[in-house]
Amino acid sequence: MPLSALRGVAVGFFMAGLFLEDIHKQFGSVVAVQNVNLHIPHGRFVCFLGPSGCGKTTLLRLIAGLERPSRGRILLEDLDITEQAAHERHFGMVFQSLALFPHLTVGENITYSLRIRKKAAADCQRRMDELLELVRLPGYAGRHISQLSGGQRQRVAIARALAIEPRLFLLDEPLSALDAKLREDMQLELRLLQHRLGITTILVTHDQREAMTMSDLIVVMGSDNQVHQVGTPLEIYRHPADTFVADFLGNSNLLKGTCSGGNRVTVSGNSLIVGTLPETVAEGNAITVSIRPEDISVVAGVREGQNHLQGRVTFVRDVGSSVEIYLDCNGFQIISQSTPKSRPAVRQGDSATAVLPPSACVVLTA
Amino acid sequence: MIGDNPIGVRAHLPILYPAVMLVVFFVIPFGIMLAVSFFQREPGGFYTTDFSIDNYASLFTALFGRVLAFSIFISAFCAAICVAVGFPFTYFITRMRRKAQVVWLVILVSVLSLSAVIVAFAWSLLLSQTAGISNFFVWLGLMEAPASWSPGFWALTCGMCYIAFPYTVLVLYPPLSRLDPHLPEAAQTLGASPVTTFFTVVVGSLRSAIVATLIMVFAFTLGTYLIPTILGRPQHWTLSVLITDEAIYRSNLPFAAAMSVFFMIVSLALVGLTMLVGKGERTADR
Repeated sequence: MPLSALRGVAVGFFMAGLFLEDIHKQFGSVVAVQNVNLHIPHGRFVCFLGPSGCGKTTLLRLIAGLERPSRGRILLEDLDITEQAAHERHFGMVFQSLALFPHLTVGENITYSLRIRKKAAADCQRRMDELLELVRLPGYAGRHISQLSGGQRQRVAIARALAIEPRLFLLDEPLSALDAKLREDMQLELRLLQHRLGITTILVTHDQREAMTMSDLIVVMGSDNQVHQVGTPLEIYRHPADTFVADFLGNSNLLKGTCSGGNRVTVSGNSLIVGTLPETVAEGNAITVSIRPEDISVVAGVREGQNHLQGRVTFVRDVGSSVEIYLDCNGFQIISQSTPKSRPAVRQGDSATAVLPPSACVVLTA
Repeated sequence: MIGDNPIGVRAHLPILYPAVMLVVFFVIPFGIMLAVSFFQREPGGFYTTDFSIDNYASLFTALFGRVLAFSIFISAFCAAICVAVGFPFTYFITRMRRKAQVVWLVILVSVLSLSAVIVAFAWSLLLSQTAGISNFFVWLGLMEAPASWSPGFWALTCGMCYIAFPYTVLVLYPPLSRLDPHLPEAAQTLGASPVTTFFTVVVGSLRSAIVATLIMVFAFTLGTYLIPTILGRPQHWTLSVLITDEAIYRSNLPFAAAMSVFFMIVSLALVGLTMLVGKGERTADR
């Protein structure tokens, strides 16, 4: 569907938002972003997810106005902002390095955007108190940046970006420098904050768990600097568009095979019944079946049946909260994941059978 | 451990060498100069050992006061010009590609290889009536007739700034190249125009580097002797000229020494005051 038509629909449904049309960005001969067409609905929390070097940060910088696209247009609420300078866009951005001004205090950092707009001192003070309350740092206004911990700096950077009530809130891997526990707390906090403020937010991350936790919508970008899939976290997890997405989001068993007509595929001589096939796949085409480890159940011993794969247990990884069983099925490996409660009675070296429910087998082209 | 105070004689050994050098080449000569400043001049001879404050007493003349004030003024003025021009200049260099940065820095360093004599005569020629750039301006039609701009106050300023400028850039380069490029970008996303960003964030976050550079250039230009004699008129002669005059041509070493000591005390006091003001501003921020 052409994007212009999509926008017409979207305006009706979502009250507009941000549109990227055919965005292309090149640095010299290096392509950073290719053919990106995106709609970011108003008030949503969107994650740009991808491995490092996939162009997700460049895309965010293009939206912020810190880079100009080599081609394409950026529209906000039907207004072309492609050529607008960063300081005229009225967006808030949190940088990976946080980029807090070291010569200013916490309060001065937060009110920077208000003071350069020549807002009255009393208004600045009130807004500052409000924001410090919001990020739970009351009484920190007079502190110097060097006197804060990592998590506190994080909050100051967020408060500073929110001071002008931005039209768009952009975050470039702001949590990557924090330790695991604090990061999870901040993810939740940031998500709740966004809910409360209802502000359109874009977060760049390479952490799929972070993206799954926080976003309404995930934009998966690949090493080819293109967008691979856009959808809700569960949609993308359950129905990955291609092998890259299936592999990048969580673990997946990717089994190469061919389509043998109907709802059947052949994987290493085993005939499997799968869920729906993509329309483009015809009989004899090479395909990949993606199936999540938690959808596969393992039973002890050799069992015959539809979608049953026999093999030998090569490894059992029991980490307490979950159990992973590695099966060697005549040349290809299958990983199954189960909870301790439903743990099958198998040990390393035992023969076992993996049961693949047809509805969980997602067929991907090649 | 780094940051801990070293304990025992052995731990202090590494600083012994610089300490000895400092004493031999700095403390002892200064001690001699300090001693000589209290000696008595012997007319027709050298000096005799004595302890008199006559040399210091005879400092308090209108001429000395005027020359001292001018020396301090011209050095401060040149330091201000050098930093005002050098700071944005260095900022733009640090934003260039690596290769271009190296080219600019090599050009600047090569300027340092020119001796003050060459620089002074080059400027005096460049600003002269017969062969100077005013002839070029006449040819362009900007001026009626060629003018003589050297010697004079502005010729002196040009010469001194030319000598001090490469040092200014070299001192400013490290802190400016360490500046997080995300800082100016953050300011822009917060609504600051490029000019506002430059003054509020780039200048603001490097204030201590700017003060340090001002002091460095000020101290560096205080000692200029040659440039004022070539590019300045007698009223533009700095204290260094006066001291040389007294020491070499009038053989009055005790008086020259007294002038030097007094000059040093005044400049140290000024530098200290500047640092104190800078520090006060920072604590006021807290």
